Amino acid sequence: MKYDAVVIGAGMSGLAAGIRLAMFDKKVVILEKHSIPGGLNSYYQRRNFDKGGIRQFDVGLHALTNFIKKGEKGKPFSKLLKQLRISYEDFKLCPQSYSKILFPEMELKFSNDFELLVTEVHEKFPHQIDQFMELVDKVKSFNELDLNLQYSSSRETLREILSDEMLIEMLLCPLLIYGSAWEDDMDFAQFVIMFKSLYFEGFSRPEGGVRTIISLLMKKFEELDGEIRFKTAVSQILTGSHGEAVGVKAGELEIMAPVILSSIGYPETVKLTPELSVRPRVGAMTFLESIFVFDKKIPLEENDSTIIFYNNAPKYSYRPATHYFDASSAVVCFPDNYEPLVRDGEGTVRITYMANYEQWKGLPKTQYDEMKEQVGESALSLMKKLNPTFDGKLLFKDIFSPTTIERYTSHLSGTVYGSIDKTRDGRTPVKNLFIIGTDQGFLGIVGSMLSGISMANLHGLMNEI
Amino acid sequence: MADVRQIVIDIISDIAPDEDVTNLDDKVSLREQLDLDSMDFLDIVMELRKRHKVEVPQEDYPKLATLESCVSYLSPKFA
Repeated sequence: MKYDAVVIGAGMSGLAAGIRLAMFDKKVVILEKHSIPGGLNSYYQRRNFDKGGIRQFDVGLHALTNFIKKGEKGKPFSKLLKQLRISYEDFKLCPQSYSKILFPEMELKFSNDFELLVTEVHEKFPHQIDQFMELVDKVKSFNELDLNLQYSSSRETLREILSDEMLIEMLLCPLLIYGSAWEDDMDFAQFVIMFKSLYFEGFSRPEGGVRTIISLLMKKFEELDGEIRFKTAVSQILTGSHGEAVGVKAGELEIMAPVILSSIGYPETVKLTPELSVRPRVGAMTFLESIFVFDKKIPLEENDSTIIFYNNAPKYSYRPATHYFDASSAVVCFPDNYEPLVRDGEGTVRITYMANYEQWKGLPKTQYDEMKEQVGESALSLMKKLNPTFDGKLLFKDIFSPTTIERYTSHLSGTVYGSIDKTRDGRTPVKNLFIIGTDQGFLGIVGSMLSGISMANLHGLMNEI
Repeated sequence: MADVRQIVIDIISDIAPDEDVTNLDDKVSLREQLDLDSMDFLDIVMELRKRHKVEVPQEDYPKLATLESCVSYLSPKFA
């Protein structure tokens, strides 16, 4: 079988890349190992034993970053809409109420209006407001999309501007846990991407959650006559006589194409390519998530925030847990607290902890289940601590671990933010083989889609196929 | 003779549907008048190829800066 391009993986970046190529009449096929699309941002369902019917859950997406209002121009999300030719209304974005960074004895709120964060910093760190505004200017003028940037430490750059360690920690906390493959630090270019995506632009959620995004992308790709094959795992990337990629092997299939875009991760791609001599390192950051469904929603008087970035330690630690999971910090997402707020019906809470892949991987089944119970109890007590008078009855809980992530996404070590070695222009030492998605270095769901778009543009459209 | 000016405007209004293309000044750069970035210019080039089989090599992208330069650069290709 011969194509103009093969895309490996039907996650956000793979689907977006497929759309761009199909839009300009390239014969493109997306190969997906799993039986459904979405990759790290997907969905599942569980039967509701109490009442019958089915409950649906999102994996990944707590919040869509890069919120814009209709008609806003020149922002990542507006670029994405234009490039994919999807209308703003189709995403049915519901904005967050506000979110907060909750540290011992200190709290910073932020919302889709950046002024709230400025006011909060002004009130709580009055001695740092001028330096904070200097940081804001630096972020504004930084060109994070330059594909030739080298790694530089965000922490060091922040310390050159800000002197209050608590403020540095608090600002870093959401940006690290929503995107950093590095421990306790992140590349400054990625810091800038995240600062703009979270603090300047903010959060929203499509009305139907992650399914809305995936079905928009699938529909668009199908309208353009793109081809997608599920349950089709690539076992090898085939190379030609000059060491260049010429196609892929998937089971019995050999699919030939002069351009291969791989969204499965850089180290994961290397494993399929004997010709690739680089050894990008697998990131260590992996997570556990507990999902709770209660028989009623948390009253707004008790908690009306959308996401709480919680930390109870003197210093925020962003690194693998030393003992299975780290309950000293968490991301607590209240998916019901997006506008418009509906106050009747069941209430859902999602609590994410940092984990330790090696320890979870080594656990025998019975201990694995026991450890998951411990995670659930810990998360439930955090839920109670944050909502002390809430008396909702727990109807359902589910917990996924680093090994669950590894099983469903095939990301080595259950990583969510990929390798710590990114390839910003998407190139690999093997000609015609390109990396798209998280390991190309753009972050979040919007970042992943923009990665697929820009890499398809650069390597699939601008270079004549 | 193809109306190259209109062809370019039609493409722009398809790739950037929120833009008002009714009162464009032919001598002023499109980027100054509209919210177009390099990705959008790529789309203009790709649409010229897809719809009209007209090729614009990468080194010639700057020749699409204004409507006037579009017309003078593209007209021979439509002849």
